[in-house]
Amino acid sequence: MATSEVKVLGTWSCPYVNRAQLALKLKSVDYEFIEDIPLKKSEILLKYNPVHKKIPVLVHGEKPVCESLIIVQYIDDAWPTGPSFFPSDAYERALSRFWADYIDTKWYPLVKVVRQSEDKEERRTLIEKLSEGLVLLEEVYIKCSKGKPYFGGEDIGYLDIILGSTLRWLQVTEIVLEIQLLDQNKTPQLAKWARSFCSGDATKDILPETTKLLELHWKIQDFIKAGYKL
Amino acid sequence: MAEVKLLGLWGSPFSRRVEMALKLKGIEYEYFEEDKKNKSPLLLKYNPVHKKVPVLVHKGKPIAESLVILEYIDDTWGDIGPPILPKTPYERAMARFWPKFIDEMCIPTLRRASWSEGDEKEKAKNEAATLLKILDVEVKGKKFFGGETLGLVDIAAGFIACWFGVMEEIVGTQILNKDEFPNLCDWIEVFNNDNFVKQNLPPRDRLVGKYEAHYQAVKQARAA
Repeated sequence: MATSEVKVLGTWSCPYVNRAQLALKLKSVDYEFIEDIPLKKSEILLKYNPVHKKIPVLVHGEKPVCESLIIVQYIDDAWPTGPSFFPSDAYERALSRFWADYIDTKWYPLVKVVRQSEDKEERRTLIEKLSEGLVLLEEVYIKCSKGKPYFGGEDIGYLDIILGSTLRWLQVTEIVLEIQLLDQNKTPQLAKWARSFCSGDATKDILPETTKLLELHWKIQDFIKAGYKL
Repeated sequence: MAEVKLLGLWGSPFSRRVEMALKLKGIEYEYFEEDKKNKSPLLLKYNPVHKKVPVLVHKGKPIAESLVILEYIDDTWGDIGPPILPKTPYERAMARFWPKFIDEMCIPTLRRASWSEGDEKEKAKNEAATLLKILDVEVKGKKFFGGETLGLVDIAAGFIACWFGVMEEIVGTQILNKDEFPNLCDWIEVFNNDNFVKQNLPPRDRLVGKYEAHYQAVKQARAA
């Protein structure tokens, strides 16, 4: 397939973009990566995602697909060769979708808020909520993996991609707050999964380096302090 | 013991979505009416994460979140009744995109535009108009969002056709009007008059009563 037939609009540091990249890599699909950030409001972004004006956007044969959860499912649907990201059982598929929704609506948004918060009390509450969430996700991991390395079993699956893409920013948050969120003692299995996910062949070239993300975090904090709205 | 159970609320648009999907497929189910102020042990057991309806329980296994449930229904009873999701990858992606847009952007904004006041209300009304315009463009030239037949997007957009209509009546706004949104209003007419849909929407007078009470409570809370 010609590289230009599949494009990903996004930026290296965005976990939602990393999801699209991971999914395409797992399906061995070549694509053109177009570095773009929502701040720019570039013509190409406004053309392909006029509704949300956000990254990532996957463009396949000039047809755009937006929203990372939908993009990953689309990639699984559109390139059915190789293992599916989803389990074969309908109920387990529903659980994958449920937990992906939980991660994106209830858990991951807190990671950014806590990292940028200056309020001690707010931070304390958020850290508690994040930790509780991780304990829940540890149970989910144990149930889904059934003793195998990934949420998806032997192979990386939908939940691995969705949660795994958040791990680097989670690490940055831990560094900034000087705490351990993904705790070896509280959630040993999830901590082990996180280590293997980040060092895996499929993921290590796509997940951004924690040090680079940390630099970006400080730059963003400077912007916010200077009064710029991001 | 019923193979399929549904924990729901008569007035919840999310709960009604699931009922619509089950009825569309002709699936029998046992319905349990919940009480928001007094959540049943069954609800807390089956949805400990969100503690909300709807929850579908199939052969003892619970599923929560209306859009997840709708996909599960389509997945599990794919051979029975009409499809809820389309078949091709791109159409499926679009069928997932619009309900998410409705749930994450439209519904909260439409609610704010109804129940808030002052600057917050004005801002929400403007945002609502922008969002409704997007839907208006999307449904242009089509009978349903799904094409010739009712689909996932139509079921999800039911909030706009039914619940929001009642909200506007109670608070006296006219955000959704034929001049600005002709295609969306046409769709609402078709949707609300569809025989199947009509049987599966909450009784209008009951919804009016519910929203009237809600509006009074909101106004009282503001005055306090």
